[in-house]
Amino acid sequence: MRTSTTGRIGQYAALLAYLVFLAFPFLWLLSTAFKSPRELGSPHPGWIPEDPTLDNFRQAFDEQPLLRAAGNSLLAAVGAAVIAVLIATPLAYVMARGRTRLAKAATGWVVVSQAFPLVLVIIPLFLVLKNLRMINSLAGLVLVYVVWALPFALWMLVGYVRAVPAELEEAAAVDGAGRLRTLVSVTAPLLVPGIVATGLFAFITAWNEFFFALVLLKTPEKQTLPVVLTHFIGAEGVADLGPLAAAAFLATLPSLVVFAVIQRRITGGMLTGAVKS
Amino acid sequence: MTRVTATKRSTPGAPRAGGGRRRPDHGAWFLVLPALIPILVLSVGPLLYGILLAFTDSQSGRTRPTQWIGALNFRDLLHDTLFWESFRIGLVWAVGVTVPQFLLALGLALLLNQELRLRWLARALAIIPWAMPEVVVGVMWRLVYNPDAGVLNETLRDLGLGDGRDWLSGLGTALPAVIVVGIWAGMPTTTVALLAGLQNTPRELHEAAAVDGAGAWRRFRTVTWPALRPVALAMVALNLIWNFNSFALVYVLTSGGPGGRTRLPMLFAYEEAFRYGQFGYAAAMGCVMVAVISVLLALFLVGRLRAGDDT
Repeated sequence: MRTSTTGRIGQYAALLAYLVFLAFPFLWLLSTAFKSPRELGSPHPGWIPEDPTLDNFRQAFDEQPLLRAAGNSLLAAVGAAVIAVLIATPLAYVMARGRTRLAKAATGWVVVSQAFPLVLVIIPLFLVLKNLRMINSLAGLVLVYVVWALPFALWMLVGYVRAVPAELEEAAAVDGAGRLRTLVSVTAPLLVPGIVATGLFAFITAWNEFFFALVLLKTPEKQTLPVVLTHFIGAEGVADLGPLAAAAFLATLPSLVVFAVIQRRITGGMLTGAVKS
Repeated sequence: MTRVTATKRSTPGAPRAGGGRRRPDHGAWFLVLPALIPILVLSVGPLLYGILLAFTDSQSGRTRPTQWIGALNFRDLLHDTLFWESFRIGLVWAVGVTVPQFLLALGLALLLNQELRLRWLARALAIIPWAMPEVVVGVMWRLVYNPDAGVLNETLRDLGLGDGRDWLSGLGTALPAVIVVGIWAGMPTTTVALLAGLQNTPRELHEAAAVDGAGAWRRFRTVTWPALRPVALAMVALNLIWNFNSFALVYVLTSGGPGGRTRLPMLFAYEEAFRYGQFGYAAAMGCVMVAVISVLLALFLVGRLRAGDDT
């Protein structure tokens, strides 16, 4: 199939327009983060900071407890990712291999639960966690994140389990290995890359989450990064732009790094079949 | 009873392959319970509890025991014009984000499916918004829209198109401005899903159609679109639900202002529950949101599927 030269030029122009649209807000954030207060106040802000400075970053750390917030976020995200993967992998295995009613019910629930507005979930959760004295605690938040990450984690893991040939397990069964033994020593090792990808994905979701953290964490010492970020914006909606941009940029870095690691896997997994061409 | 049958069926090839050695297998339950208990306790349970709460006068921090009040919350909601206004805004937002986003993402997916140079870079860039915290996306666009230091007004001034305006606090511009952000933020998910769908369309058919002299538009209509339809429909339906229920973006951008012009139903319910402590009433709002969205989606899907049968 050949496309005419004008067609090609048109395609590149369109692609360029898309890239500009998708990239410019992030570039502007970067630019703002390195601008001096004088330049931020000038009537003609430019793309490239005239005298780049790290003052905004210093000020951001002075204004809000960013390090502690990052620690909280890290704890919540790692906790949620590890627990979610530990409990989701066995269920995903059963869902992928068996055709039980249970697996169907679980799949159905995964789909249905997506449709419910969070407000219907958060009020009862708030009351339950309050009775358990787990409001304003990271442990409570981790529990909520685990359940919240499960649907997508299950969906990803079921795909990875299906990719492991069932014949391998049957061979192990012939050799007399029990079901658990087979799972641990035959299937699990083959699943490791998929499990890691799923865990990292759960990490990003939890790291980025805002609504549950906003409702469940009351004191600044417990709050996670997204919640602390909103403290830079005053009640009147007025914000100190430089430090806000600097803090927002820093808060994005971990997810961007993790994302860069699994990016190929996510698009790759969704785009299988493209590899051959 | 059901447990036994479930367990038996869940053992796939293993015991059969093992010959006559059939032994009771409790492995499946051992594997399922760790995930099932949290799902039941923290997802199914709270949802049912939430629906029950909608029929009570539950409030935060009060000493009197909560009482059943039947459908009183729903009757109040019926006359709550503020809520229905917020509901209308929610629908405008959900459709206003989903439809343009679908068209833009379809265009991008078609481009990324071509063999262009720098396709890898474009693919990587196209999914970056996915990795960003929604709060950061909101902050970023606040910087773009900022009346003085924002790049949008600066560009307008450079082009001689006037002085620009305060986009997020103008009564007329706030909702369109947040809709643009919504479109931007959801582009990656939709694009990747459509791209995956595109790559499952049969290449041979495409080439055959090209040999027969079909133009690009005809090839799209007759070969690409029929194969892409299921993915496209699913994506639009999911996006409608997600967008209608979204919270963080608009909370950071405008907190529902100015004058409630961008107060999505979730923001409204959040304020009702956690600012005014009206748990029962907010739960009733949640129920109404689910009900209306389910009906609209059912109508949409049935309509689209029927339209598909005719062609």
